[in-house]
Amino acid sequence: MSNNTQQGIDEKNSKSEVKKNAFQRFLQHFSGNSLALVAFILLILIIAISIFAPFIAPYDPAKGNIVNRLKPPTLERPADGGFPHILGTDQQGRDVLSRLIYGGRVSMSVGFTVVAIGGTIGTLLGLIAGYFGGWTDLIIMRIVDVASSFPGLLIALTFVMVLGPGQANLTIALLLVGWMIYARMARSQVLTARESTMVEASRAIGCSMPRILFNHILPNVISPLITTFVLEMAHMISAEANMSFLGYGIQPPASSWGLMIGEGRQYITSAWWIVVFPGLIIALTVLCLNLVGNWVREEFDPLQKGRH
Amino acid sequence: MKRYIIVRLLYTIVVILGVSILVFVVTHMVGNPVNTMLPLQATEAERAALRHQLGLDKPLFEQLTTFLGSMVKLDFGISWWQQIPALGIVINKMPATFMLVSAAMILSIVVAIPLGILAAYKPGTFLDRFLTSASLIGLCLPPFWLGLMLVLFFAVRLGWFFTSGYGTLRHLILPTITLAVVPMGHLAQIVRFSMAEQLNAQYAITARAKGASETAVLFGHALKNAATSIVTMGGSDFGRLLAGETAAVEVVFGWPGFGTLIVDTIGRQDFPLLQAEVFFVAVVICLINLIVDISYAYLDPRIKY
Repeated sequence: MSNNTQQGIDEKNSKSEVKKNAFQRFLQHFSGNSLALVAFILLILIIAISIFAPFIAPYDPAKGNIVNRLKPPTLERPADGGFPHILGTDQQGRDVLSRLIYGGRVSMSVGFTVVAIGGTIGTLLGLIAGYFGGWTDLIIMRIVDVASSFPGLLIALTFVMVLGPGQANLTIALLLVGWMIYARMARSQVLTARESTMVEASRAIGCSMPRILFNHILPNVISPLITTFVLEMAHMISAEANMSFLGYGIQPPASSWGLMIGEGRQYITSAWWIVVFPGLIIALTVLCLNLVGNWVREEFDPLQKGRH
Repeated sequence: MKRYIIVRLLYTIVVILGVSILVFVVTHMVGNPVNTMLPLQATEAERAALRHQLGLDKPLFEQLTTFLGSMVKLDFGISWWQQIPALGIVINKMPATFMLVSAAMILSIVVAIPLGILAAYKPGTFLDRFLTSASLIGLCLPPFWLGLMLVLFFAVRLGWFFTSGYGTLRHLILPTITLAVVPMGHLAQIVRFSMAEQLNAQYAITARAKGASETAVLFGHALKNAATSIVTMGGSDFGRLLAGETAAVEVVFGWPGFGTLIVDTIGRQDFPLLQAEVFFVAVVICLINLIVDISYAYLDPRIKY
């Protein structure tokens, strides 16, 4: 993502801002939108913590000490002298902070995998449908239409029911309901780009079809697609949380934000911290993704610029 | 118009058939309900007997044609879990969910549309900025978590409402607020956006220039033109909620509706009941989409089918 964004920036600024380095030029895009910058930094932070979870988490997320169960958040060191349970412990005496860190790893990787695979398949189908038109377009888009009319949650639950719950099967189930939007998006963008003089010219000088599709059309439709990717990632993280909460997603002893809420629900009257923190972090992640997604849309789509 | 509706109804049939066949084939090819229905120590003979009793031992294609044949007659078979006709169970659970979803939609319309219009009318004011941020944040909160937070505060701490249950108005309030947040955010955003677009359009400026009152410009011109996008958004949220999106929130509040039923069905691997739910949901979504599309023709005279 950053690669393509960078490309766009390079083209825009190459004449006037030769001396500034890439990072400074990147920062410039956030001018006047400090909220998006904060969201971007927070998001990078959440992703980094997820990736380096084993080095950051103070405790094993799956191992608990039953003597220590349902301890409220505290800054005091436990009796054995370990790291304080700053977000408390859950019903099995597991450290809530460590479970949040590892849960982020699961939630982010489910979200990212679904968006990456679904996005690639959907975008390819949309590019093909938009470029070739005619019967190809009709067939692909009818399939997309019918699939979009399917009830997403019910279909995902059905697949998890027959495949069995777990991270891999949840990812497959979410993929099956999450690829259509990219096809629609890519197709509508291609339809506009196809009629442009640039594409006409490349066709006239005899460029091959894949070359026109990937070297000429794709770079021009990339920014709305990135917006879709980022916003869909937010959707998929919410969907994962929803399914795991219901018990048909990530399975214990693994940890996921939605699962933590589902498991901690029955202790809510006595131990609010088990449920409150995972929800806050889901909301924060989804909010950051939305802010960054909206920023990409406004910043890199000339039609949207200055609209708000 | 008539031709359009016929084509759309045909399309609806394609969607219903498509989703029913998909779910049928997936469940019958991959799923193994016998293992969940019988105790672990059941013998191979007992398993085979149950498979035969449920008709699962026949070739897949034969099972599918039998299923489609009775589906045409709206017969989805007997629920394996409750041992009564599957469609009846679904229909019995709908009133609770319909009431909850309608209450949530009414609440979100009553709150979001006036505020959205005000924000678009006075862009850049505190109200506008507050509404924009509040709707974005509202859309990011996981509804089931928000429900739990409301329970924690208003039911456990303050004791104003019940933590869960069904029956009285006091049971209805917390789940309604929980479910209303997402459509409220969507509606506020779309009303704010499309009203601002219409108020800046040439015709609105002309109307003002020739002396039309602000009320006339707002409600007679701008709102009328923004109506199609507002109805589209409201319709899609209404459809999604009726189609089982309420599941997690219903579970939180112990609401005996369609969402809870879906979760139970999945847990018990009840194929006939699942098939009835899928059919019902597909019909509801397609019908709402159809009604929304037909409403365009009334809201916007330029649209003709």
